[in-house]
Amino acid sequence: MNRKKVTVYGVILVLILAIYAVVTGLTDAGVLNSYYSGILIMVCINIILATSLNLSTGFLGQLILGHAGFMSVGAYAAALFTLRAGLPDSIDFLVALLVGGLTAALFGLLIGIPALRLKGDYLAIITLGFGEIIRVIIINLDFTGGARGLRGIPKETNFSWVYLLAVLTVAIIFAFIHTRHGRAVISIREDEIAAEASGVNTTYYKLLAFIMSAFFAGIAGGLYAHHIGILNPSKFDFNYSVEILVMVVLGGMGSITGSVIAATVLTILPEALRDFSSYRMLAYSVVLICVMLFRPSGLLGQYEISLTRLFGKLSGSKGNKTTKNPASGGEKGA
Amino acid sequence: MGFISQVINGLGLGSIYALVALGYSMVYGIVQLINFAHGDIIMVGAYAMFLLLTLAGAPLWAAVLGSILFCVVAGVFIERVAYRRLINMKAPRISLLITAIGVSIFLQNLSQLLFTSSGRTIPSMFDLGTLEAGSLQVPSGSIINILTSVAMMVGLSFLVNKTKIGKAMRATSEDADAARLMGINTNHSIAFTFGLGSGLAAVGAVLYCNTYPMITPYMGGLLGLKAFVAAVLGGIGSIPGAMLGGYVLGVAESLTKGYISSSFTDAVVFGILILVLLVRPAGLLGRNVSEKV
Amino acid sequence: MPLLEAKHLGIAFGGLRALEDVNFQLEENQIMGLIGPNGAGKTTVFNLLTQVYQPTEGTIELEGKSIIGKKTYDVTRGGIARTFQNIRLFKDISVLDNVRIAMNYQMKYSALAGILRLPSYWKEERAMTERAMDLLSVFNLQDLAESKARNLPYGQQRKLEIARALAASPKVLLLDEPAAGMNPTETHELMESIQLIRDRFSISILLIEHDMSFVMGICQRLVVLDYGRIIAKGSAEEIRTNPKVIAAYLGGE
Repeated sequence: MNRKKVTVYGVILVLILAIYAVVTGLTDAGVLNSYYSGILIMVCINIILATSLNLSTGFLGQLILGHAGFMSVGAYAAALFTLRAGLPDSIDFLVALLVGGLTAALFGLLIGIPALRLKGDYLAIITLGFGEIIRVIIINLDFTGGARGLRGIPKETNFSWVYLLAVLTVAIIFAFIHTRHGRAVISIREDEIAAEASGVNTTYYKLLAFIMSAFFAGIAGGLYAHHIGILNPSKFDFNYSVEILVMVVLGGMGSITGSVIAATVLTILPEALRDFSSYRMLAYSVVLICVMLFRPSGLLGQYEISLTRLFGKLSGSKGNKTTKNPASGGEKGA
Repeated sequence: MGFISQVINGLGLGSIYALVALGYSMVYGIVQLINFAHGDIIMVGAYAMFLLLTLAGAPLWAAVLGSILFCVVAGVFIERVAYRRLINMKAPRISLLITAIGVSIFLQNLSQLLFTSSGRTIPSMFDLGTLEAGSLQVPSGSIINILTSVAMMVGLSFLVNKTKIGKAMRATSEDADAARLMGINTNHSIAFTFGLGSGLAAVGAVLYCNTYPMITPYMGGLLGLKAFVAAVLGGIGSIPGAMLGGYVLGVAESLTKGYISSSFTDAVVFGILILVLLVRPAGLLGRNVSEKV
Repeated sequence: MPLLEAKHLGIAFGGLRALEDVNFQLEENQIMGLIGPNGAGKTTVFNLLTQVYQPTEGTIELEGKSIIGKKTYDVTRGGIARTFQNIRLFKDISVLDNVRIAMNYQMKYSALAGILRLPSYWKEERAMTERAMDLLSVFNLQDLAESKARNLPYGQQRKLEIARALAASPKVLLLDEPAAGMNPTETHELMESIQLIRDRFSISILLIEHDMSFVMGICQRLVVLDYGRIIAKGSAEEIRTNPKVIAAYLGGE
């Protein structure tokens, strides 16, 4: 590893810690009340949702319209685990999150195996259908609390956990993209026939990316369940799936830093503009259409905000011409 | 209610799906777009009916014609503003699909702002009471729906197969570039397809209002989705397929309501979709087209 | 034993016979040309050899083993790599990554090892990048490694596609109109590179091409297709004087 890379990793780490220190410091000092820290927790949850959806939609190139469905599976699985398993508090939460993630991944596998064989837009429809079916099923089951919702989930999610998991999710997806497996996933987006002709097992990699997406959505669901304390099936509807999609599209399909920024802005902005909430979805739709018309690959496109590049410019040296640097600063906005 | 009545009611409901499915199918055939906003055109048509009948006090025939005309214009306008640029620059299909989702959300929320989210009631329209034949009792609405949808399909088949504009549409959907070289204005045939599809959706809206007089800004979402399922079920791109898919879906839904539970109808609809895609991805009457290498 | 052998190969699309009774053998280190008028079925032969289509009759054997029924990616891994008539690059990613993707299957580190950046990741990635740069330099593309593939001029895109196919370490390379759209200088360079890669990687090449001086100048053997059937086989000289071939090209009897 060259020295520049080490420096960049170091700076990113310092930035991550600094943001954490500032937020916890402000909370302890009483500047951030529980309303604000609640928003910050939702920012992190949405970052996990947006980056994980970006893996399927931005990097794999498959439109998913049921991301909230995977989130709900994870949320219910994690919440039910906490309520029923009765593990000691210290490990209960983490195991519950893992259960949430794995359950969502399992659902991803079950849907993905048949759906990913199909070309084109059918996956979008099938995931949409899945999101709707899951909701109907949750409402009609007894042990999920039905339409009244699932209550009494211990509120174990705090900023530290959710921040740590958001950073981890972003880092893992970022690292994954720059492995041979990540490149295989991208090649499917670029040209499936050429990918297949280059020896890429496209079915396998589609499934892998799709399951990873579902897994992280499940984790986000688990965090959400233990943040709010009550699960209501109507929360995880088509509109929520679209909200996550808007974050990915706005940030740029194929840009992780874009997703992080868009998730942050689009979580905070509606809170700041509460008085206009009836216009929110209308504004979302107009923005969505305009972005597609004038920048079909999203605002940042596939561009990543990169510390390496920034350093290159600051020190006045020509950008390094050797190999693509896997360590461009993805975690910056978290 | 007897089994036969259930089936006839199902066919009545299925006729509405079928009319909407035709629009999905034709648009998909010509620009390979799942036009998510198509379902919301039903909502637009229904509100147009509502406004014309209650506020403007128009006679029934004028309200029906007016609402169809309004939807045709809306369909053409949406294509021009939201899709044409992307279609002509051959943008990735995912961009086009996201735009369509955007249009759908826009229409729903605009109508929510204009008419609030609470439902409106349409005054009664063609009410011939309940028809009886021996022990069989069928609401007249179902029969009207079935007859209208069959008439529409016959008309549409004639239009697509025998007229000049129909030929242009088929040529454009077969190969847009080649059609352009042959002097066909593909922009026109695409716009015409959108207008035609929207007009059919408006007919569906009229039938819907006649059968279920309660309308809301979000009524098009699920209705449209089910119509799309019908189009896929029948084989997307195929006109008889869309009709068949609509009828099958309507009957399946009606039977689920009658014999299982009304809360499971949506799950059954999507279950059917997933099953069909697994077993016969091209649909009941569709043909398999693989990408040219 | 020939390296690649097709026997009685045929395929029908909905009753239309696109190929019928196609037989040929490709020997080791051989450059063979597949020629014929437009629509003769040349690209269809490639699609059968890579199992994009399943033949309705006949067999294909690579080193004596049948490849019928394999998935396309498995055929590539087994040693048959190809380029496409209308270039299919991974346009929005770098030239280097285009080549590295074709090396994917030749590496071993797991997804987890990659995410955790274990030593196996660094070791294999470094070796692969070096090999990819080597390949690019064969086609004089090494300075463009970081450019997006879509930004390359046409001729270089064709070369990159060949480099990508080579990255899959094939035994047989299928080139679909490699010289299409190139100017005479570029075509001449390409002839030299093709002979060079044949010798350097000791592979066999089957190519489709319309440029006759190109084909005659570089192919040891030619197979001529017309209306889905082989009408002649032989050396460049034999083909040039074959009356059937002349008739097929000139359209007379």
